[in-house]
Amino acid sequence: MAMIIERKELNLWERLYLPEILRGLWLTSRHFFVNMFFHTAHLFGLFKRHRAAVTTQWPEELRPLAARFRSRHRLTTREEGTPRCVGCMLCETVCPAKCITIVAGEHPDPNVEKYPVRFDIDLGVCVYCGYCVEVCPEDAIRMDTNILDVSAYSRDQMKLDIHELMNPTLRKPVPECDLKFPHKCALHDGKLTGSWERVYGPGEKLSRPADQGTELAAR
Amino acid sequence: MPKLTIDGKTVEVGAGKTVIQAAEQAGCFVPRYCYHPGLSIAGNCRICLVAVEGQKKLQIACNTQVSDGMVVHTQGEPVEQGRAEVLEFLLANHPLDCPVCDQSGECDLQNFYMAYGRYDPRFAEQKVRKPKAVPLGPTVMLDAERCILCSRCVRFTDEVSRTQEFGIFNRGDRAEVGIYPGKTLSNPYAGNVVDICPVGALTDRDFRFKARVWYLSSSPSVCPGCSKGCNIDIHYTLDRPHLDDGARVMRLKPRVNPEVNQWWMCDEGRYAYKAIDRCRILKPRHRGRALGWETAVLELAGQLARIEPKQREESVAVIAGTNLTTEALYLAARLFGEGLQIRNCSAELPVLPGSHDELLIQADKNPNRKGAELLGLAGEKARPAEPWIQAALDGKIKSLWVIGEDLAARFGEETVKQLAEKLELFVYQGSHENGTAAQAHWVLPSAVYAEQAGTFVNCDGRVQALTKAFEPLGESRPDWLILTALLTRLELPAPGNEPAKIFEALAAAHAPFAGMTYERLGLQGLPARLDGAGGLGGPAAGAAAKAERK
Repeated sequence: MAMIIERKELNLWERLYLPEILRGLWLTSRHFFVNMFFHTAHLFGLFKRHRAAVTTQWPEELRPLAARFRSRHRLTTREEGTPRCVGCMLCETVCPAKCITIVAGEHPDPNVEKYPVRFDIDLGVCVYCGYCVEVCPEDAIRMDTNILDVSAYSRDQMKLDIHELMNPTLRKPVPECDLKFPHKCALHDGKLTGSWERVYGPGEKLSRPADQGTELAAR
Repeated sequence: MPKLTIDGKTVEVGAGKTVIQAAEQAGCFVPRYCYHPGLSIAGNCRICLVAVEGQKKLQIACNTQVSDGMVVHTQGEPVEQGRAEVLEFLLANHPLDCPVCDQSGECDLQNFYMAYGRYDPRFAEQKVRKPKAVPLGPTVMLDAERCILCSRCVRFTDEVSRTQEFGIFNRGDRAEVGIYPGKTLSNPYAGNVVDICPVGALTDRDFRFKARVWYLSSSPSVCPGCSKGCNIDIHYTLDRPHLDDGARVMRLKPRVNPEVNQWWMCDEGRYAYKAIDRCRILKPRHRGRALGWETAVLELAGQLARIEPKQREESVAVIAGTNLTTEALYLAARLFGEGLQIRNCSAELPVLPGSHDELLIQADKNPNRKGAELLGLAGEKARPAEPWIQAALDGKIKSLWVIGEDLAARFGEETVKQLAEKLELFVYQGSHENGTAAQAHWVLPSAVYAEQAGTFVNCDGRVQALTKAFEPLGESRPDWLILTALLTRLELPAPGNEPAKIFEALAAAHAPFAGMTYERLGLQGLPARLDGAGGLGGPAAGAAAKAERK
């Protein structure tokens, strides 16, 4: 429902302009002098109980964050560099902003079975609620990168794909694909890139039954 | 007939029935894994425990015969505790890999554990490891660890498909389900074992990892794969285009109809949904040039109207496919037959040979031949359409309108090419790109069965309703809408602008459908009144319906 807010008419004193300007200047200079007084006094060990305003020299100096602070997401990895994620899509389901996109694929290890061939988070849409972390049964997604300064010139650049999620040090534009396992690679026009041989080396682990007899799938 | 009391409700059931069937009749749900109404009773899962007064121990509802004066409790402390203990045993070696399991969300192990389970597991020992992700055939994947040995799949292949692939091997906690050495699960009904598996032991390889089941919406429909008309549910998702490369339909599941397919459907029908989004005609076009519907209907109506009434009898032919809905067939007869007085309007083409068996699969792969017969468009009374092709090649027929029938598949691409050269007007109205669509002068895209409401009449004369699951792809339109637009443009009376009204008009005009409406058809359909028999309780109901219309 639209609400109509009435604007207050300026009275004569306010319309005179100068008195209000002076009042504003008084307010800011009061803060300045009070802070300067306390900071100087603190140097001499006086008035320690009174706190004065603090300035952090961001971005050179970073503000300390609480341990449970929710920052940019990352996907945790297994030893061999594949995601811990099993593509259960619970985070995609629970996400209130619907910013997660997962496509699942077949993992060669039958005890893992499933992994994400595509995992995107649209940070332009994300509300940082942390439900995805909460719901994950595999501890595969965390919000502990302490990255706050997510900024971009376009909405498209706000989207993180699996490269950036698995390697939080990457920044856009992602220079090259460093993932070995098969995934829908944004750097290769969304084509399935990578192979399990590159992860495990050629061996018996790849001759898995699930890849046999897929004539139906091709139909 | 024994009378018994279940949870305070008195029910009378036939002798020889079991408590679980009586409970169903009383409206009390008893959980079950091994019990399936379509299979023999095994009684091995023990989850359906109920308390019978006068018996010291809990009894299994699936294999306890009813007796007169029996008092049964399906709820309450002892029953629920018994079920919790059974679940503890069933879950002892269950891997709990629900995150990767395709069954989760529709898994009875999950459902019943939510209702009756112990929430503090006591099993601390090592679980027994069994084979995982083993393909049993082209359609089914086995995970032996998830299996609770209910033996539904074993009984299905023994009793329904009669192919005997499955068995339970080894003993004790090493017992596991599997197929006999040297066999593959490739019988034409293999997909049903996935449906009846109450847990995630047997999953569909086609649906594997495509989507989570809670993403899916469901719409009841009828399989158009053959003239049996198996009742199905279309499971689709529209709001997650990243799944399965943007396909809308994720899978088909059989819907119970005791009169048609019972609980089953064949694999051919189950996986035929892929055509819904593939190779579709998306825009009306005239000799390769895309145009809008308005223009197309205006042009075609003009061309039809310009044909001299005398010539309409001889030089125009309309071939309708027996894969159209009854509504579309009726409108085609009304537009071309009654309206434009075209004599050569028929769906009568020989049935192409196809595979068939005793269970469900029919040789006629068109879902609505019976419907066309009842409307007089096919069968002995209808004019055979086959000679018209030769007549067109000889130049006797100058205009040909084809609805939903792929002439190229029947008569060869070369013949259709010659037809396109000879004919003055060659219209193809259909859903998919094919040899006929490639050659026809005019191509009108029509919707597939999942995109429209309508009815099919199956080979046994049962009238069954389709519901619209989602909007037609691209600019395609349901056949009834295309034909209604033409009727309106030609200023002929159209029976209404929705399938329900068209069906009412059809029911009023054709005796086999007398008294039927979509509401009365419901989800299970009704038998058409063949030769005065069947239908809505015989001729009396038909007369009542006629009186109602007046």
